Amino acid sequence: MLKSISTWFHNRPRVRLAALLVAPLFWLVVAYLGALASLLVTAFYTINTFTGNVIRTFNLGNFQELFTNPSYRNVVVRTLGIALSVTIICTLLALPMAFFMAKIAKPRTQKVLVALVLTPLWASYLVKIYAWRTMLEPNSGVIDWLLGPIGIHSPGFGFAGIIIGLSYLWLPYMILPIYAGFERLPNSLLDASGDLGAKNLYTLRRVVLPILFPSIVAGSMFTFSLSLGDYITATIIGGKLQMLGNVVYQNYSLNLPFAATMSMVPIAIMGIYLWAVRRTGALTSL
Amino acid sequence: MTISRLTRYALISLMGVGLAFIYIPLTVVVVNSFNVSRTFSWPPKDFTTQWWSKAIENTGVREALKWSFTAGLAAAGLALVLGTCIAFAVSKYSFFGRETISLLVVLPISLPGIVTGIALNNAFTQDLGISTGMFTIIVGHTTFCIVVVYNNVIARLKRIGGSLQEASMDLGANGITTFRLITLPNIAGALFAGAILAFGLSFDEIVVTTFTAGPGIQTLPIWIYNNLFRPNQAPIVNVVAATLILFSLLPIYLSQKLSGDSNTGGRF
Amino acid sequence: MRNKRLFQALSVASAAALVLSGCGSSDSTSDSGLPKVEMMKELGAGEGQVNVVAWAGYVENGSTDPKVDWVTGFEKETGCKVNVKVGASSDDMVALMKTGEYDVVSASGDASLRLIYGGDVAPVNTDLVPNYADIFANLKMQPWNSVDGVAYGIPHGRGANLLAYRTDIVKPAPTSWGAVFDANSPYAGKITAYDSPIYIADAALYLMKTKPELGIKYPYALDQTQFDAAMELLKQQKPLISEYWGDYLKHVAGLKAGTTVLGTTWQVNINLAKGEGTKVEGIKPVEGATGWSDTWMISSKAKNPNCAYLWMNHIASPEANAGVAEWFGEAPSNAKSCELTADKNHCATFHASDDAYWTDVYYWNTATEKCLDGRTDVKCVPYSEWATAWSSLRNS
Repeated sequence: MLKSISTWFHNRPRVRLAALLVAPLFWLVVAYLGALASLLVTAFYTINTFTGNVIRTFNLGNFQELFTNPSYRNVVVRTLGIALSVTIICTLLALPMAFFMAKIAKPRTQKVLVALVLTPLWASYLVKIYAWRTMLEPNSGVIDWLLGPIGIHSPGFGFAGIIIGLSYLWLPYMILPIYAGFERLPNSLLDASGDLGAKNLYTLRRVVLPILFPSIVAGSMFTFSLSLGDYITATIIGGKLQMLGNVVYQNYSLNLPFAATMSMVPIAIMGIYLWAVRRTGALTSL
Repeated sequence: MTISRLTRYALISLMGVGLAFIYIPLTVVVVNSFNVSRTFSWPPKDFTTQWWSKAIENTGVREALKWSFTAGLAAAGLALVLGTCIAFAVSKYSFFGRETISLLVVLPISLPGIVTGIALNNAFTQDLGISTGMFTIIVGHTTFCIVVVYNNVIARLKRIGGSLQEASMDLGANGITTFRLITLPNIAGALFAGAILAFGLSFDEIVVTTFTAGPGIQTLPIWIYNNLFRPNQAPIVNVVAATLILFSLLPIYLSQKLSGDSNTGGRF
Repeated sequence: MRNKRLFQALSVASAAALVLSGCGSSDSTSDSGLPKVEMMKELGAGEGQVNVVAWAGYVENGSTDPKVDWVTGFEKETGCKVNVKVGASSDDMVALMKTGEYDVVSASGDASLRLIYGGDVAPVNTDLVPNYADIFANLKMQPWNSVDGVAYGIPHGRGANLLAYRTDIVKPAPTSWGAVFDANSPYAGKITAYDSPIYIADAALYLMKTKPELGIKYPYALDQTQFDAAMELLKQQKPLISEYWGDYLKHVAGLKAGTTVLGTTWQVNINLAKGEGTKVEGIKPVEGATGWSDTWMISSKAKNPNCAYLWMNHIASPEANAGVAEWFGEAPSNAKSCELTADKNHCATFHASDDAYWTDVYYWNTATEKCLDGRTDVKCVPYSEWATAWSSLRNS
C-alpha cells in the first residue's frame, strides 16, 4: 500500500511539489500576506475622534499627516540613523570576533566561544535592556562606576544609549552569519592570496570581504530590521527620545488606522532593502 | 597569508573586548538578583538571597513557563513541518516563483515585530473574528520561525546533494525508504538545530506575543514585561533571567554537539 | 473650588448633548446619543470564568506575592476563574475592551467615557452589587462613571498626581507646579513628566491658575487657543525633561539615582522611593492637581456577565478593596475598607475620607469636542487631537 502510494507520487513530481507547497504557502500567503494587506487597507480608514472607533471610509488623511507633519519625518530619519549606526557598529565588532573564532581559535576554544556568543540570545531581551539601564545611569550607573576613574562617562539615556543598547541586543545575530561565512571560506584561498604577494589588508579587502559580503548582508537584515521596528528599548533607555516603533505602538491603541499608516514606513523600507539584497544570495545565509 | 604576532594579539584583545561587552551587562543581571535594592541601585549596598526564595515560591513564573513551553514547542513543531516542506520544494524542484518564495519566507522576520503583531491582531480580531489566545500566539510565532528551519534545512540539502538519494533509488529503495534511511539521517542535525533556534526565537519573543496573546495567557516574556516595572517583582525577574542564562547553556551545548560538523578552526 | 461640582454636573449634560450635535459614532444610538446597551436585570449562574483588564496590581492571586491575594478566595467561592490582562495605559485598556474579549475593566476617567460612548461597556445594575452601598458617596454618579443618572460602573479607588521632589537636592521645597515649567529652573535636565496625552491637562491646570486671561475653567475642556497655550508650555518644558515616565519603577529608579529630582508622581512612587531610603517628598501644589478615579466597568459584549457582576461586587468589598488600595497605594473607594488595611494609617495617608483634600483634584476625563465645562460658543479640542499633539511633541 505504502509502496504503491510512494510510486504514484514518484511518477508525478508536480503533485509532489504541490503537496509540499500547499500548506506553507497557505500559511504565508493567506494568513501572513493577507493580514498585511488588511493592515494596508486600514491605513486608509479614519476614527471617530471621541470613541476611537474605526470608521471604514476611504481617505488619504493619514498619509497626508505622515508626509506633512515634520515630527514624523524627523522620527523616520532618526530611526533610520539609529538602525544604520547599529548595523555598522555590529559589523565592525563582529568581523574581528568572527574571524578570531573561525580562523584562529583552536577547535575546542572555538566551540566554547560560539556558545559564549550565543548565550545572551537566551537571556530575556527585556532583562538585558533593563540591565543597560543600570549600566547607563548617569553618575550612578555601572559605566560611570567602572570607567569613571579613567575618565569615560556614560552617554546617559538618549540617542547614544539606544544605539549602544540595540547594538548589544543584536550583536550575536551579526556574529553568527559572519562566523559561518568565515568557516566556509577555505584557508587555501587566504594562503594563495598571501603566496601571490598580497598584503594582509589587501587580502582582506579583495578576497575576504567580497566572499563575506552575503554573510554581512544577512546579519544586517537582523540588526537593521530589528532596530527599525524596536520600541521597547527606546522606552527603557531612550530618555525622552522616541523611535518609529513607539509611534506605531502609541497609535495602535489611540488611532489604529494611523498606526497602520506608520507601519507602512518600515514595510516600504524593508521591501526596498530585501529587493536590493536578494541578488547577493544573502537571504539563504541567515 | 600569515598573521603577525601583533595582529594576533590585537585580535585576541578585540575578542576580549567583545566578550566583555556581551558579559558585563549579564553579570549585572546576576548581581542584581542578589541586590537588596528593589530598583537595582548600583553599586549594591548589600546582598540578599530573599529574591531567590521568593522566586521559587512564585507560581506566576511557573505558570508563565508552562505557557512559553507550549507556545515554543507548538510553534517550533509547526515551523519544522512547514519550513522543511518549503526547503524540499525549493531545492528539489524548479518552478515558477521559486525565487520569490525565499523572499516570502524571510519577510516575517525582516519586518518589525510590531508590524507583524498589529497586522495579525487586526486580521484575527477585526477580519476573522477569532479570539486571541494560545492559538493566535502559535500562529504568530510559527510565521516568523519558518525561516530558521527553512534556512538550516536548505543549507544541508544543498551540501548533501542528490547523489545519495539517487544511489538509494537505483539500488531499489522506494521514495519512503530512501527518505527514512538516507535523507532523514542526513538532515536530522539541521532539523534539530532549526527546531532549537525556532524554539528559542519563540521563547524570547515579546512584541508579536503582546499583540496576539488573549486573556489569561502570560508567556514568560509577557510575565517579565508585566513584572519588570513593579518594584516588588523586579528583583524576582532578575532571578528568572539569571536562571535562564544558566539553563541556556544546555540547548546551546546540544545544538553545538549535533550540528557542529565542521572543524576548520585553529588554522592560523 | 466650589465651581468644580458645577463643572462636573455640566459635563454630564454636555457629554449627553455631544452626540445630539452629531459627533456620535456610526453605531446605532438612542435618542440621547448613547449607544443602546441593555443593563443586566438579574444574576444567573456563574460561567466558570471572567476575563479582566486591569491596572498592574489591581488583580492579585498570590502569584506575585503569596500574601497578596484577593482572587483565590473569590475563585473558590464563586467558581469563576479570573483571567487577567494588565493594561499598560488608559489607551491600551480602551483598545483591549474594543476587542470584545474581556468582561470587565478597571477604567480610569480618561477611558471610561470613551468606552461608554463607544458602546463598549454596559450600564451597571447597582442593585446586583450589594457592596455598592458602602462606596464613598462623592465617588458615585460622577461624570466619568455615569451618564444621565445611569451608573456605568463601580468606583474603585482614587489618587492625585503629586509633585515629587528630592528633599536633599531641591531647595527650597517647591510649592507650585511652576517648578516643573520654569525655563530657568536650576534643575533643568532633571525634571520628569508623565508620558501620556493626559499630561496636557497638567499644563492646562497650571495655566488655569497662573494665566487667568486664557479663561481655562476645567483642564479637560480646552478650546483651540487654550490648548495651543498648554502645548506651548509643554514644548517649552521639553528641554528641561530628563525622561518621561510611563511605568513607575522607571520613575522610582530615576528619583533614587537622582537623574530626576522633580516632577509628577503618584503616592505609591513616593512610598517606594522612601522605602528605599531616598529623601523624597510628594506634595499637592497650590494649584491643585490632576488625579485619577478608577471605575470597574462591564463590557457590552461580555461573554461571562454573571461572573463579571460577581467580580465587581467582590472587588468592591471592604476586604478586597482594602487589599488593592494598600498594595497599589491609593485611596480605597469602600468606606469600610479603612478598618481593614494592615497599615492603620493607610486611609489617612491617602486622604480616603478627607473630602476637602479632593476638591481641587481634577480627575482624568476624556476631552470631547463639546466642551466639558459647558461652553457652547466654542469647540473644544477632542482627546484624539490631544493624542496627536502629544505624539507630535514626543517625536519632535
